[in-house]
Amino acid sequence: MSNTPKELKFAKSHEWVRVEADGTVTIGITDHAQNALGDLVFVEVPKVGRKLAANDACAVVESVKAASDVYAPIAGEVIANNPALADAPETLNTDPYGAGWMWKMKPADAGELASLLDAAAYEKSVAESS
Amino acid sequence: MLSLKKTALHEHHRRLGARLVDFAGWEMPIQYASQLDEHHAVRTHAGMFDVAHMVAVDLHGANVRAFLARLLANDVAKLKVPGKALYACLLREDGGVLDDLIAYYLDESWFRLVVNAGTADKDCAWFERHAPAFGVEVRRRNDLGILAVQGPQARALAAGELPAAAESLGAFHACRDGELFVGRTGYTGEDGYEIVAPHATLVRLWVTLQAKGVKPCGLGARDTLRLEAGMNLYGQDMDESVTPLESGLAWTVSMTDASRDFIGRAALEAQQKTPHRRQVGLLLEGRGVLRAHMAVRFASGQTGEITSGGFGPTLKRSIALARVPQTDEVACEVQIRNEWQPARVLKPPFVRNGKTLIPESTS
Repeated sequence: MSNTPKELKFAKSHEWVRVEADGTVTIGITDHAQNALGDLVFVEVPKVGRKLAANDACAVVESVKAASDVYAPIAGEVIANNPALADAPETLNTDPYGAGWMWKMKPADAGELASLLDAAAYEKSVAESS
Repeated sequence: MLSLKKTALHEHHRRLGARLVDFAGWEMPIQYASQLDEHHAVRTHAGMFDVAHMVAVDLHGANVRAFLARLLANDVAKLKVPGKALYACLLREDGGVLDDLIAYYLDESWFRLVVNAGTADKDCAWFERHAPAFGVEVRRRNDLGILAVQGPQARALAAGELPAAAESLGAFHACRDGELFVGRTGYTGEDGYEIVAPHATLVRLWVTLQAKGVKPCGLGARDTLRLEAGMNLYGQDMDESVTPLESGLAWTVSMTDASRDFIGRAALEAQQKTPHRRQVGLLLEGRGVLRAHMAVRFASGQTGEITSGGFGPTLKRSIALARVPQTDEVACEVQIRNEWQPARVLKPPFVRNGKTLIPESTS
């Protein structure tokens, strides 16, 4: 079964968002997403400084099977990305909520976080689409 | 929705937790757990694939050799020893590839063909259409399944379960004991067997081999293994719209016997005299993954297209097969998500018998 941490927020398109103490957010893909994609072999993360609108296709994850876009769950500016993923894309499979984080953003509007799903709503959304 | 066909091993796949997909109308395992682990098991130890969706077709009759000399672009005259196998294309009159197959010579009145799942109906109709002129009887063997056991340890692990003759079988040869038929062939670039037998026999063999440590592998690993081995997939790297000469299969077309009038010969002879596209291997220089249908361009302005692409788990690089114009250029670019990325033209295979065949870059 997929793991969906209660302290995170989620987008229907299978990204997770962690709100940090300083108001920035960390983003990755969910356990359900990595499991559905299969073994990941290539990850492309957005560049630092890039300004993203909500739902921008800003990152790519490629498994042995196919390439998939990853979307910005909310608007904001990229302030960091995970450099370890280039050499170890499989980290997204083994630790999607930890070492497999993809990028960090400064939200343009913190109020937008309220539009995201909580863990229960995300699990419901996954169950409905499967 | 049409119900998908299931092989005799379907229940075993389900119990192993396989992810099942529609492949040519069959519900087949694409992977059990990690596709990469399955790939590596075949390169380093032994894996097995249920390929019972593929079809064995037995051809009987006094003129079966003459029939195949007419229908296949490769020459069955090369098959002199009973059990010897030949890889060949079945062509239309215009040279388009109807299918690629393996033909086994069993005796002068019996040859066995193994054909692809998606093309079996079309192939059998083609055989039936040409069979009467040769007095050949076409028997589609739906009572038989196929199990591929592949990898450096595959033969050692399987030998005890197979006819004694299997142990000393030469490459691209087959032996049989009753309905248990064993060929030293495969689609992975590794040593191993492809076993054609009644479904119940293969289910027992599957269980025994799994207990001996042979890893169940899905069609996903089969695809990355064959791509690294530089082997074509019918329907992706070639189909009826292209000839063997444009598909990296010129080596399977035998023109040596000038008197052999095989179907498609005139079209191939005409194409040989004119510039035509060819198949090449590509290696992506940087990071990323080459995929089917991506565009390829050369500095000269010539363009082509990837037919199969992916990540090669043994190489840890992305590779592809592509159809391109005739050119000597080694450097090219591939369009990945609107960016042109440098790639290098190579002659497949990329991996054979566990070893990387990609030369170190000279740049």
